[in-house]
Amino acid sequence: MSARLFWIGWLFHLKNLSNSMFFMLVSVLQPVIFASIAFFMFESGSRTGTLLYAALGAGLMGIWSATLFGSGGAIQWQRWQGTLEILVGAPPPFIATLLPLTIATATIGIYSVVGTLAWGRLFFGTPLDFAHPLQVVIAIPLTILSLGALGLLLASTFILYRNANAFANLLEYPVWLATGLLVPLSLLPGWVGPIAWVLSPYWGMTAIREAALGGSAWTEIGICVGLGVVYLALGSVALRNFERLARSRATLSLT
Amino acid sequence: MTAAARVFVVGGAISYRALFNWISPGMYVTTMLGSPLFQILFFVYLGRFAGSQDDDFFVVGNAIQIAAMSGIYGMTMGIANERQYGTLQPLLATPANRLAIFAGRALPFVANGILVSAFGFAMSMILIGFRPAEGSIPSLVLAVSITAGSCVALGMLIGSIGLRARDVFFGANLVYFLMLLVCGVNIANDDLPGWLAAIGRCLPLTHGIEAARELADGAALGDVSGLLWTEALIGLAYASAAYLLFRLFELEGRRRASLETF
Repeated sequence: MSARLFWIGWLFHLKNLSNSMFFMLVSVLQPVIFASIAFFMFESGSRTGTLLYAALGAGLMGIWSATLFGSGGAIQWQRWQGTLEILVGAPPPFIATLLPLTIATATIGIYSVVGTLAWGRLFFGTPLDFAHPLQVVIAIPLTILSLGALGLLLASTFILYRNANAFANLLEYPVWLATGLLVPLSLLPGWVGPIAWVLSPYWGMTAIREAALGGSAWTEIGICVGLGVVYLALGSVALRNFERLARSRATLSLT
Repeated sequence: MTAAARVFVVGGAISYRALFNWISPGMYVTTMLGSPLFQILFFVYLGRFAGSQDDDFFVVGNAIQIAAMSGIYGMTMGIANERQYGTLQPLLATPANRLAIFAGRALPFVANGILVSAFGFAMSMILIGFRPAEGSIPSLVLAVSITAGSCVALGMLIGSIGLRARDVFFGANLVYFLMLLVCGVNIANDDLPGWLAAIGRCLPLTHGIEAARELADGAALGDVSGLLWTEALIGLAYASAAYLLFRLFELEGRRRASLETF
């Protein structure tokens, strides 16, 4: 029952998000534009050996943006559409209907990775020689799952803010920067490191880069999955709390 | 105050305030100042990693480009939201001067853009150690003002298209991000392929940023007057096109009774 609910919910939201012009912009066009900026900057700075690095980084940037805007606004959109009460009132726990949505928002980020790699290959001659293809194939979906769990945590905490969508705008660049998606952490102030360590995009990016460029990604993959489990636990507690408060105060549909 | 002047000033102010129906002023300020600040930091650090240009190149480029945020998104909403929220018909039923309605909306966004840009420059001085040439700040203010105005003109054009198009915000977002690529914000125009550089030269920002970089480097205002005039004329061209489209869509909408149909 739960597996079926998850599968149907994930598929539904994936199709729904894939039909949204906004999410196509966030998960395809925006990463391709940022990848192009990085390619030109690296070419101009004679860092041509970093094209694959840039393509993967821009792809992960797209996954983060899709998760941030999709999951951050998930509950707000259900409120606007009038479907929040229906979902909360349905027999399955609310988390069972919300989790497929947040995973789906991270999943459409796969368009970003494919898009930036294809764009880099076609227009900039980025070499797609992955050192450990199997590890890449394992690291990408696990990173997406971990980001989906982070999305659940975002969705359950953003509910406290009426302007969650605007707040999401604020978090895009800082996380791109702090998780080393395009800029190595070694260039940033030392205090950024501990922030990156608790964010799964950092471990996902490190895992994918290790797997693609050489080195072993298993430790980073493990940490990324472990963080995903922590996000899931925190998100489910926060969500249960929100649901209980909203029911008792009759504020579920208030925006 | 004449009726047209009142529509220009009061109408523009009310239109600007109406934006806050979906966002609180506190959050608006955070979004308008926080996100642009991180944009500047992101590209400065990316530039250091790439080794393509020095910090000042990215500070000036991005501190001016962030003025486009209010210019493009705000102005697009300022016009297109009339249709979105069902207020377009009552607005166009009034005998108010159309140019005053249209132009009045632009002024708050130009001021907003200048403010955001000034914040970007100020924070770059504090956080990155950006130091413009001595005595260049008044000229920089002029360059930023002209560029913010031309960005608002582009926002007007997109907003006017929003009187007819179904999803104008997709276009606004796309234009905003493309400006990061083609307008010399983070990549010198000489480093872009010819056709991309040519697109950039037809858009607002490109000439304004080029002028501001020279001014920050110590050039006299007279040395960059050509660039600033070009930027101003590009803005004027976009504003004229936007006004013509606005009037065209108004007339077409009346004729076909389709002002607010999607």
